[in-house]
Amino acid sequence: MGRRALLGMLGLGAVGILWGAKAQARMEEVLRPFTVNDQTGLSSFLPSAGRFRIYTVTGTLPSRSDAEYRLTVDGDVDTPVSLDLADLRDRLPQTSMTKDFQCVTGWRVADVPWKGVKLPDLLTDAGVRPGATHVRFWSFDGAYTETLTLEQAMRDDVLIAHHMLGKPVTREHGGPVRLYVAPMYGYKSLKWLDRIEVVSALDDPTDPGYWERLGYDVDAWVGRSNGLADDPT
Amino acid sequence: MTAAVSAPTDTVSGDRVVRFARAERWLHWSNASLFLLLLATGMTLYVPALSRLVGRRVLVKDIHVYSGLLLPVPLLLAYAGHWRQSVRRDVRRLSRWSVDDRRWLTSLGRRGKHRMGKFNAGQKLNAIFVAGCIPVMLATGIIMRWFDPFPLAWRTGATFVHDWFALALLVVIFGHIGKALAEPISMHAMAKGTVPAGHAERQHPRWWSELQQTQGPSGQERTKP
Repeated sequence: MGRRALLGMLGLGAVGILWGAKAQARMEEVLRPFTVNDQTGLSSFLPSAGRFRIYTVTGTLPSRSDAEYRLTVDGDVDTPVSLDLADLRDRLPQTSMTKDFQCVTGWRVADVPWKGVKLPDLLTDAGVRPGATHVRFWSFDGAYTETLTLEQAMRDDVLIAHHMLGKPVTREHGGPVRLYVAPMYGYKSLKWLDRIEVVSALDDPTDPGYWERLGYDVDAWVGRSNGLADDPT
Repeated sequence: MTAAVSAPTDTVSGDRVVRFARAERWLHWSNASLFLLLLATGMTLYVPALSRLVGRRVLVKDIHVYSGLLLPVPLLLAYAGHWRQSVRRDVRRLSRWSVDDRRWLTSLGRRGKHRMGKFNAGQKLNAIFVAGCIPVMLATGIIMRWFDPFPLAWRTGATFVHDWFALALLVVIFGHIGKALAEPISMHAMAKGTVPAGHAERQHPRWWSELQQTQGPSGQERTKP
């Protein structure tokens, strides 16, 4: 009995490794009606119920207060700017979208409400100089950087987000302000956004980005990169 | 209260019986420490509110990974020396399933027609489940941490398995701790090794008769080849 039970558990584990990705997707689908309307928040503790996992690349969870926060836009632009939270929340035109967040490690959170300023609006205001090719993003955690081509950065679904899930972006989700690159895997959506730098070459030692240097694809389209076939977000 | 004993398991000595030999107690408590450390660090990585509270994610992750790699060590050590006799005897007991165990389960542990051996069905299921979790959590954890050589879908699958087994472990371990705290005699047995002979006779009659068969009335253990 004992040996059989033990082997059964090992079998369950092996089956789970091989088909867990599918089972998880199916389970999320089934649980959606309950997790979406869950007022208790208890479902967020269940594995595979469409929950975020929090990753950081540095030793501590970065922190910056709303009052201290400034977003710098500089590099190959006509007018470098420094924006505070009031600028981002009230002065600039606001864009809302509800879209999925897909992590390259396999989890996905469906229908996340996002709100913020479109990156192309910011870049147009600052005035991108001719010859610029890429946009580099810096996190105030001191380690996380990302890049997009200028063409990717000018898409309407790339957001400088100050709200997600119906409230200001929390610290663990990259608050007070983070990037949300809707059509790409989550590692492109840099957290704790500090600086947006328009550049004409990828020549910084950090390029093309923290996760890319660890081996993930530079063009991180959901379902068309990293050898994955997820549904587009 | 009696002092901790170093006699092999199942030795009757005066009015006490050795329930757990020293090697078994070491195995239990080193496993317990590792599992509790892993649960604590794992929950810190998993529950956003705790992640925020603790911060230092890289450090927590390293502690989790390295204590996870240590997980099979106590069990391997328990089998590495002459003390393995005691361990093996109880492992054999834990993995044998009898009619009494089924009766115990169907009556949910209430006193019934079953004649209890050294372990009840709940203890057997607990031991088998926790033992099975060691290779499962180790394998899935390794795939999650060193995912490069594996297909990416395995990483998702491994995460899925790791999460659900962890949730089950959390429930089982806290259930186990709750049951243990309610039984001072069992707590003493795992801390110092012995139970009163009367307890063995009343609560574990089948174990008691096993002891009577292998040991003379003088309490000296008959050595088996």
